[in-house]
Amino acid sequence: MTAIEVRKPGLSTTVQDRGRSGYYHLGIPPSGALDMYSPEVANALVGNTPDAAVLEIVYMGPELRFTGPAVVAVTGAEIAPRVNGEARPQWESFAVAEGDVLDFDYLKAGARAYLAVSGGLDTRVDLGSRATYVIGSLGGVDGRPVAEGDVLPVGDGGTGRPGRVLPAALRPVMAKDVEVRVVMGLYDHRLTDTGRATFLDTTWTLTPVADRMGFRYAGGQLETVDREPPFGAGQDPSNIVDSPYPIGSIQVPGGVEPIVLHRDAVSGGGYMMVATVISGDLDVVAQSAPRTRTRFVEVDLETALGLRAERKDRIARMYAALGD
Amino acid sequence: MSARYSWGGDEFVFVELAEEMSLQANFKAVAITNLLRDERPDGILEICPANASYQVRYDPDVLEPHAFLAHLKELEDRVGDALGVTLDCRVVEIPVLYQDPWTTETLMRFRDRHQDPDATDIEYAARINGFAGVDEFIGAHSGSPWFTSMVGFVAGLPFKYQMVPRERQIVVPKYLRPRTDTPKQTVGYGGCFSCIYSVRGAGGYQMFGITPAPIYDPRQTKPDFTEHTVFMRPGDMVKFRPIDRDEYDDAQARAEAGEYRITVRPVEFDLQPFLDDPDGYNKRLLEVLA
Repeated sequence: MTAIEVRKPGLSTTVQDRGRSGYYHLGIPPSGALDMYSPEVANALVGNTPDAAVLEIVYMGPELRFTGPAVVAVTGAEIAPRVNGEARPQWESFAVAEGDVLDFDYLKAGARAYLAVSGGLDTRVDLGSRATYVIGSLGGVDGRPVAEGDVLPVGDGGTGRPGRVLPAALRPVMAKDVEVRVVMGLYDHRLTDTGRATFLDTTWTLTPVADRMGFRYAGGQLETVDREPPFGAGQDPSNIVDSPYPIGSIQVPGGVEPIVLHRDAVSGGGYMMVATVISGDLDVVAQSAPRTRTRFVEVDLETALGLRAERKDRIARMYAALGD
Repeated sequence: MSARYSWGGDEFVFVELAEEMSLQANFKAVAITNLLRDERPDGILEICPANASYQVRYDPDVLEPHAFLAHLKELEDRVGDALGVTLDCRVVEIPVLYQDPWTTETLMRFRDRHQDPDATDIEYAARINGFAGVDEFIGAHSGSPWFTSMVGFVAGLPFKYQMVPRERQIVVPKYLRPRTDTPKQTVGYGGCFSCIYSVRGAGGYQMFGITPAPIYDPRQTKPDFTEHTVFMRPGDMVKFRPIDRDEYDDAQARAEAGEYRITVRPVEFDLQPFLDDPDGYNKRLLEVLA
């Protein structure tokens, strides 16, 4: 059975899948790949089901050695894979042989790449998922990012073949300037009209504080409505009685530096949220590297549902394009 | 008191039952989410009750959002003021070593982030809440039970709201800037909420003590965790019991050996009789622990 030996771990490489559901009310977030589209493509390229576990690679790639032959694919951020030093394409399945070493060139665009291997990573399942959730020590390898010396087992029965390619039109664009669609709400009534306009009119810059829990942006100060704090909320005008946080919700502690909560988010807390990123655009946030210039664009629920349908259609076209 | 409904993107509905914290608002959140959990319509992914609000994650491809929202409003009507609702709850006893050496060492390391660098967290909390001293404060903190009003922030962390009238609520601010470290199983306090830190990590709540009782076990090797990784559930009523260092050491040794069990008793909780006579009701409630 083929396994992957970790020779160098990269910056923060984790095992991820589509995440776990049903435990958020106990403080256990869904986790799973931050960009959901790229790993689904990678799995399709190597003949896996969408639920197969992959490696999520952040900013700097790992160095991996294969103990047997395998078919792999790398998607997501632009970070060229190499086999024994020779370049390999992204968005295309290719074969590796026993003893081959896979590493990566430096990151050119985007933030997170995904490595799928035919058969899927066969690491431990916790609460129905292999997704790594570090704070809760769940999933992955002992609930942590991979480390030098780890051996990642690969599942049996992979049916992948090399040479599958995703057409360019179906690949996401990794841009330095992005628009992220949001539905306003939650506690946006705590903003003045000016504060609301500032939120939507500012070109925000992603700070280096951008990880699986949340993405923090700089660029403006949101004016909040003066008020007498309700019992239990705390003194700052941006405080609320601790409430649940939707994944994708944008909180603004103190009215500065909006934070988009992502798939490893804390499940609740005492800061007002003013909007929620639509589910599909969490992929755009996931691929934002620090300094990415970001506009939050308001859409209503009906538009968000329309965009959701468009995304499903795109995924269907992706599968059609990769059919044998 | 009518609820406020809001969309959280295309997958979440967020419902604020009240702007301010109260046991009644929390009770409504628990009651409504319990009803929803019992019916469990297809397409529901997460049901998260919180202190005075709740949220649901759903799949809009399965559940039409506007119809689902109307259904949640109907559940709100059914629960009403929640005064007639009873909940199946648990009474849980949590031993606490107040002013323990580990949280004391940690809080001393972070004095520069505190409102009162010359006092410990518990001395500060006792003073600003008008108690004569730390012992009297511990008496109030451990004297009446706490309703688990929310589980979350991180894996298995319970927020607890004390079951006393508002004029007897303890209120303390959070640290001026959060700490980067908190010992596992620290009993913390922020705003009107007590918490137990389930895992070691960052935190902004004042630190009063530590419990030897594990409340999170991701490997599920300990006897209280055969069914789940998380011990505390919304609706659990917690009685803190002060213990001394000897009892702590003994319990800690049993916890490390995987032999520690948390004392738990099932009870039915009625809101109206509690509100009519909190002290009498609490006294009867805690008799089940005897």
